[in-house]
Amino acid sequence: MTVTGQPPMTEQTLDQLQRAAFSYFLLAVNPANGLIADTTRDNSPASIGVVGFALSAYPIAVERGWMTRADAVERSLATLRFFRDSDQSGSPEATGYKGFYYHFLDMHTGARVWRSELSTIDTALLIAGALTAGRYFAEKTPEETELRALVETLYLRVDWRWSQGGVATIRQGWKPESGFLNYGWDGYNESIVLYVLALGSPTHSIAGDSFEAWTATYQWENLYGYEFLYAGPLFIHQFSHAWIDFRGIQDRFMREKGCDYFENSRRATEVHREYARRNPHGFRGYDENCWGLTACDGPSHQLPDLAGAGSERRRFFGYSARGVPYGPDDGSLGGWAALASLPFAPDIALRAAHSMLQRYPEMLSADRYVSSVNPTLSSAAGGAWVSAGHFGLDQGIVVMMIENHRTQLIWRLMRDCPYVGAGLRRAGFRGGWL
Amino acid sequence: MQQHDDTSSTTPQDAYERERLDNVHPADWRNPQPAGRYSLVVVGAGTAGLVAAHAAAALGAKVALIERNLLGGDCLNVGCVPSKALIRTSRVYAEMRRAEQYGAQTPDDVHVDFPAAMKHMRGIRARISRADSVRRLVAAGVDVFFGQARFTGTDTLTVDGTRLRFKKALIATGARPDTPSIPGLVEAGYLTNENVFDLTALPRRLLVVGGGPLGCELAQAFCRFGAQTIIAQRWPLFLPQEERDAAQLLSDAFARDGIEVRLNTDVVRVRVEAGQTLVDLVSDDYQSTVAVDAILVGTGRLPNVEGLDLGAAGVDCDAATGVRVNDFLQTSNPLIYAAGDACLEHKFTHTADASARIVVRNALFLGRQRLSALTIPWCTYTDPEIAHVGLYVRQARERGIPVKTFTIPMHDVDRAIADGEETGFVKIHIKERTDRILGATIVASHAGEMINEITLAMVAGIGLGTLASVIHAYPTQADAIKKAADAYNRTRLTPTIRWLLRRWLKG
Repeated sequence: MTVTGQPPMTEQTLDQLQRAAFSYFLLAVNPANGLIADTTRDNSPASIGVVGFALSAYPIAVERGWMTRADAVERSLATLRFFRDSDQSGSPEATGYKGFYYHFLDMHTGARVWRSELSTIDTALLIAGALTAGRYFAEKTPEETELRALVETLYLRVDWRWSQGGVATIRQGWKPESGFLNYGWDGYNESIVLYVLALGSPTHSIAGDSFEAWTATYQWENLYGYEFLYAGPLFIHQFSHAWIDFRGIQDRFMREKGCDYFENSRRATEVHREYARRNPHGFRGYDENCWGLTACDGPSHQLPDLAGAGSERRRFFGYSARGVPYGPDDGSLGGWAALASLPFAPDIALRAAHSMLQRYPEMLSADRYVSSVNPTLSSAAGGAWVSAGHFGLDQGIVVMMIENHRTQLIWRLMRDCPYVGAGLRRAGFRGGWL
Repeated sequence: MQQHDDTSSTTPQDAYERERLDNVHPADWRNPQPAGRYSLVVVGAGTAGLVAAHAAAALGAKVALIERNLLGGDCLNVGCVPSKALIRTSRVYAEMRRAEQYGAQTPDDVHVDFPAAMKHMRGIRARISRADSVRRLVAAGVDVFFGQARFTGTDTLTVDGTRLRFKKALIATGARPDTPSIPGLVEAGYLTNENVFDLTALPRRLLVVGGGPLGCELAQAFCRFGAQTIIAQRWPLFLPQEERDAAQLLSDAFARDGIEVRLNTDVVRVRVEAGQTLVDLVSDDYQSTVAVDAILVGTGRLPNVEGLDLGAAGVDCDAATGVRVNDFLQTSNPLIYAAGDACLEHKFTHTADASARIVVRNALFLGRQRLSALTIPWCTYTDPEIAHVGLYVRQARERGIPVKTFTIPMHDVDRAIADGEETGFVKIHIKERTDRILGATIVASHAGEMINEITLAMVAGIGLGTLASVIHAYPTQADAIKKAADAYNRTRLTPTIRWLLRRWLKG
């Protein structure tokens, strides 16, 4: 498919963006324990999901010459040792329980903060990062040998079966104060990687029909002329794909539909573009080259009274999972979301990325994507409203998806990970590289 | 704080109320002398009972109808009718406040006259009560008895001591609010659908417990009347049976209206301290307390099966699920049937009506009509409305039916854009590789009206492809259904067919 009107982003710009995104992990790290801050904002705790992205990004940095192999191994080792030795008692101030970890940790002590939940998906992202490191650092040096042993320890001790809380699907989380959260991972979302890791575990795997139980809540929809496995926010169609190469492999659902998850994410990207073209709420900037509703920050503090003639009263949100076609949509766009779709739809993604940066250069600070901009709301300087600082998840997905687009490095590493292969097969995936 | 069953909160006895009561339970009513043996005795004169009595009498059966309270049951008196009247008034206020959105002037001071809204509701209720009046029943030849029915044998019952014999009987005693056992709730007092329509003043601060249809509808209406409204729902979404997107859109609409939405939240205790009603809420490990002036409970309904001596008639029942019936609506006593809320999972007026018609056929005319053969739509009358018919996707998938959904967002429908009513969608589920409609969910301002077309198609066996050839008046919001049908037809253009078409057109 070709898109007229906008030149695509150049390879050189892409390289700059990828490197700048990676540098987040060098700035936001506590080198003593490898923990990475969730955001660059004051007093930000560490996010275990962001640590998973960091562990996956170090091999990319080594390949691209942004980091020495020794530094990358040292950083990875510090991280993995911290998690191995962390308090696994499940107490309210511990770091984890049953091999899972609390979502947000103190940057220095590694203790749980914000009364956060023991997060199943963020633990999966962390473990996926660890497994990536384990595949990349394959040399027989003492450091890399230790690194691989640490990865094994962390993965094998995760009690995935426990995380089902006695029901068919994995729960979203657990708190020491109140037990499992009321929410399960129902309906298509970013958790395929979670299910694959949980199914592939030789020690605590979940039952084989758990994946089927989860996919029973899938909805295959024809929307704006595209047929796809529906989920609103774009990141849902991206996160598991950062690690797993879904090209040409199919589970039962995708066999039935004659599709695969990679192609599905391409269609989801097109649907986002169609939505922006329609722009039902009349937000400024939206068009075929300016799109991407996803989990990002927003101007929630700018309260309600921005009513244009004939328009509905605007409501703004803070950090939330914005989605298509039913919102929430407050005109906030994560500019990085287009690049995170790069492997699926390179042509339209590169043109959108280029176009958005041309129009809203404030999307970048220090060459790095901010979480979001909102062109409908003007800043004091006259540009779009800009989310302050940087968010680690955004940087991580940008580094990985640009790399998968360029060299498929992460996909290649994870295709060789026996746990991922086993997990995919137990989930019913067949064909292609499997 | 309003008290449940508190006589101090009764409806003003105005002309409307006098008319309604004169229709549905005249003060000077005297029960007739029973006939020898009735073809059909109907216990309960709500929707199911009234429909069965009128239908059976019209066909020449000798019918007795027994009601312990008011003809018309919940629907007329404390359910669909009064709630829809209030919802309409509340929509007017909501539209006044956002008049600018339609290019109209928003009034400077939108003052809510709650007593006027209630009076308007009473007027509508009185008018609609004429259809359910005792005089209409008598004119139709039905013997109407007011009083408590008790079965005394397999083919007899008494009404306040008077013995009635029957060939067949119908239990249509309805249901009542199921109140959760929240410590302190009873002491503090609370509202349900049974007394909320008696309010004479708007509670300043209202807590709605339960995110089912009733709780959702009234929370929105009372918020739009100006009550500071909190809705607490145990589950992570409203209307937990419905499509996730529908529930999400409803949450968003509530937030837009200014309702404080507390999902995933349990109400654990109600306290009265220094004249203030305080309610303790818990969401996972987060505890909070809110001060309120009234609590409305909408957490489900329990069938009315007590006090009937069903055991004497050999009728099995369960306190939670009601009278046990087979697919023909026959109870464990083959002479006795049940219909409506007393026995059905789907407690709607229209299912009560449909089940009563089945009973008349099966009980009096040797019919073999099955409850499971019905296609039952339903609608929650929030703004936007949420309507559904047939299977949900997850139900189809659980049954191993491959399912595909055609989705049209309302923002793609011209009339919805013109009306400023773009929130919502039409989702029509079909069986893959066919155009057989399995079900549909519609979220739209008038979803309840739109769902009827899908129900008709399903009952008549009309496929989605055929709906594309049905001309829809333009512009209407129901055009969304045709758009879904058109989208279906486009998927039939396989590459081979496209190639053939190109060849033909070139030729």
